[in-house]
Amino acid sequence: MADHAAAHVIHDPNIGNTGLDNRKMGMWAFLGSDCMFFGSLIGTYLAYKGKSLSGPGPHDVFDIPLTSYSAALLLASSLTMVLALANLQHNRVKSAARWLLVTALLGLHFVLNQVYEFTTFVLHHDLKLSTNLFGSSFFVLTGFHGAHVTGGVIWLLILVGLAWRRQLDVRDYTKVEIAGLYWHFVDIVWIAIFTVIYLIP
Amino acid sequence: MATQAAFMPGSKVETETFWGTVWSWLTTVDHKRIGILYGTSAFIFFLIGGIEALIMRLQLARPDNTLVGAERFNELFTMHGTTMIFLAVMPLSAAFFNYMIPLMIGARDVAFPRLNALSYWIFLSGALFLNSSWLFGLAPDGGWFGYANLTTAQFSPRHTIDFWMLGLQILGVSSMLAGFNFLVTIINMRAPGMTLMRMPVFVWMSFVTQFLLVLAFPAITVALILLMFDRFFGTLFYAPAAGADPLLWQHLFWIFGHPEVYILILPAMGIVSEVLPTFARKPLFGAPVVIYSGIMIGFFGFGVWSHHMFSVGMGPVADSAFSIATMLIAVPTGVKILNWIGTLWGGSIRFRTPLYFALGFIAMFTMGGLSGVMHASPPVDLQQTDSYFVVAHFHYVLFGGSIFGLFGGIYYWWPKINGKLLDERLGLWHFWLMMIGFNVTFFPQHYLGLIGMPRRIYTYAPDLGWNFWNLISTIGAFLIAVSLLFFIVNVIRTMRSGKIAGNDPWDARTLEWAIPSPPPVYNFARVPHVHDRDDYWLQKHGDGHGGAPAPRPAPVTAAEIAAIHMPSPSFWPLLLALAMAVMISGLMISMYQVIVGGLLTLYLMYKFAMELHRPAEGHGH
Repeated sequence: MADHAAAHVIHDPNIGNTGLDNRKMGMWAFLGSDCMFFGSLIGTYLAYKGKSLSGPGPHDVFDIPLTSYSAALLLASSLTMVLALANLQHNRVKSAARWLLVTALLGLHFVLNQVYEFTTFVLHHDLKLSTNLFGSSFFVLTGFHGAHVTGGVIWLLILVGLAWRRQLDVRDYTKVEIAGLYWHFVDIVWIAIFTVIYLIP
Repeated sequence: MATQAAFMPGSKVETETFWGTVWSWLTTVDHKRIGILYGTSAFIFFLIGGIEALIMRLQLARPDNTLVGAERFNELFTMHGTTMIFLAVMPLSAAFFNYMIPLMIGARDVAFPRLNALSYWIFLSGALFLNSSWLFGLAPDGGWFGYANLTTAQFSPRHTIDFWMLGLQILGVSSMLAGFNFLVTIINMRAPGMTLMRMPVFVWMSFVTQFLLVLAFPAITVALILLMFDRFFGTLFYAPAAGADPLLWQHLFWIFGHPEVYILILPAMGIVSEVLPTFARKPLFGAPVVIYSGIMIGFFGFGVWSHHMFSVGMGPVADSAFSIATMLIAVPTGVKILNWIGTLWGGSIRFRTPLYFALGFIAMFTMGGLSGVMHASPPVDLQQTDSYFVVAHFHYVLFGGSIFGLFGGIYYWWPKINGKLLDERLGLWHFWLMMIGFNVTFFPQHYLGLIGMPRRIYTYAPDLGWNFWNLISTIGAFLIAVSLLFFIVNVIRTMRSGKIAGNDPWDARTLEWAIPSPPPVYNFARVPHVHDRDDYWLQKHGDGHGGAPAPRPAPVTAAEIAAIHMPSPSFWPLLLALAMAVMISGLMISMYQVIVGGLLTLYLMYKFAMELHRPAEGHGH
């Protein structure tokens, strides 16, 4: 109780008794849950792998170079996210905002590639959600990942907008770090999906 | 002591008008008020689910009955199961999480108060959405576990399954958000000195439950998303004609469904672990072991799901593995039962209503557990599955277990929540009528199942030998209904003229009893320092080994109270929950509604997030 007055000055309501930030811990809990979400979707994809009664199958449609390029974009975006954080930590808000924007644009590029990929599958290979089990499980799994990336892009753009309106600085480091946790997670999930769906024959 | 603190730091001045009161409840972020909202809603849905059960029992009271037809009966058992699990037992547990966890760990609120309000409003919108299906004559009719491919558009073309599928999706979001919130609250918001092993056992069991919630719900979310895509967008996940595996739904559902069983029972186990030590005036016997076995139950809960599927023919290896795992999970459960009995052993027991319910829990749950171990054996299970034996089994664990435990919690914590004691005499009437009614209803169902009565049939021929016990079972169901009338009368009378409880009517052991009843908005005027699991008991009575009671802390000053900062009310949670409901229900109406609702949801999420962005700016602290 002696430190009560002192605690009043330095006390951040987001920091709990473990010394960790509530919001960050909440994000970790969410990511744990999201692991189970993608785990169930990937499990479904694997359970139905090779079970389609009609074509086209995965290797009739995949454009591995294009998807590898997409994967590279997403991996690079994790680097730019880290650069944004490093700049924000030193309160270089403008550079941080620039790297956040680059991260968002890389993510957007990934999403657009996916839109292009899906369109090609539908138009040139006649592979739709309802074509066969491969179509169903492929589009739903990668589509939900794409939705996660899209959500991340919107989130990052909001942060960029805040920075431009001078409402984001080093005090908001944790908020940006949490967005980064989410972003890296989506990136890691893509590595799993890319390996399981595209690379394993 | 019963007077509420007039001073409400942090909150705006509340108007005393009717609409002012309504507004303050709609925008509340106070965990205690949200707990009351959860509890009240859950009790109303419990009554609705109960009425559904009574109609079913009336239909089955005699052979060849025509009170309701086969279709209506399907709707009744589907909605009864769904309602009792998702709208009664889970939110009733959530009411206790909300109200009691912050008090028991010495916190002023949960980690994310607005998210907590959001969980509640999403829950309520999902619950109303699901039940609105009755108004359209489209009540879900696919059973509470909605096996695909019965639920696909080919076999269930009407919107019935849509109400169920989308309703559960909404409820799942609510449960997961609450799960994140309470995980963080329990890990991060404990008062100084409250190490994990000093946490009350109710908090521990709730902690395990939150892990189960956030890890199990994604599986059913995916199962429901796949079903949604099958029904709305033509995918083939549950279409065996296209090569789909009919077991996919069952696996995904039960990977969720079995942990869900522990989500339903662990909170009640936690309540019993608080009630027994209080009324035996002894610490919980082997409390660490009770905690460890709770963790074991949570862990193994993820490894036994396929025992719900023995009859589908998974082969001897899978059957054996899941059979052994299922028998194994009975061990930590049995350990708990022994510890509860050990707590009573040699205690100076005071028989009060909460203790009766806790004892009822132990007895009934043990019986349900024993019949559960019986069908852990695949050959036995093949005999019992889909019969009334199984109906009897899970009502012994979910009604005899969860509901008895939760009522124990209601009687135990009512004085803390409302400041008045529920009447003992009416409470005992409630207990004994419910105990007798429950056993009269469900014990004969074991026998009915063993002589061959399948579950989910809407009527039966008179010459099967099932007539007598079905009639008895129906009479029992009405006894349960009468017992609930005693409870309702008790509540109304207590609200009007109950005995004032004071801080600590039971001479209890944990932190929540150290503060006024009902607690002030800020809970603890001064955040306590904790030295033991039964900290409050030690403060009052010493450690029982000649150690003197802890010295009384200095009285709290007005300045200390004025320095307490509580979160402001917010209306974004309510709006956000509404927007989500607009978006999701749009799937049944028009894609435009989905898009508008989706954009609205995104916008409101933004507003929600921005509300606390730099809150200190503008007005200096």
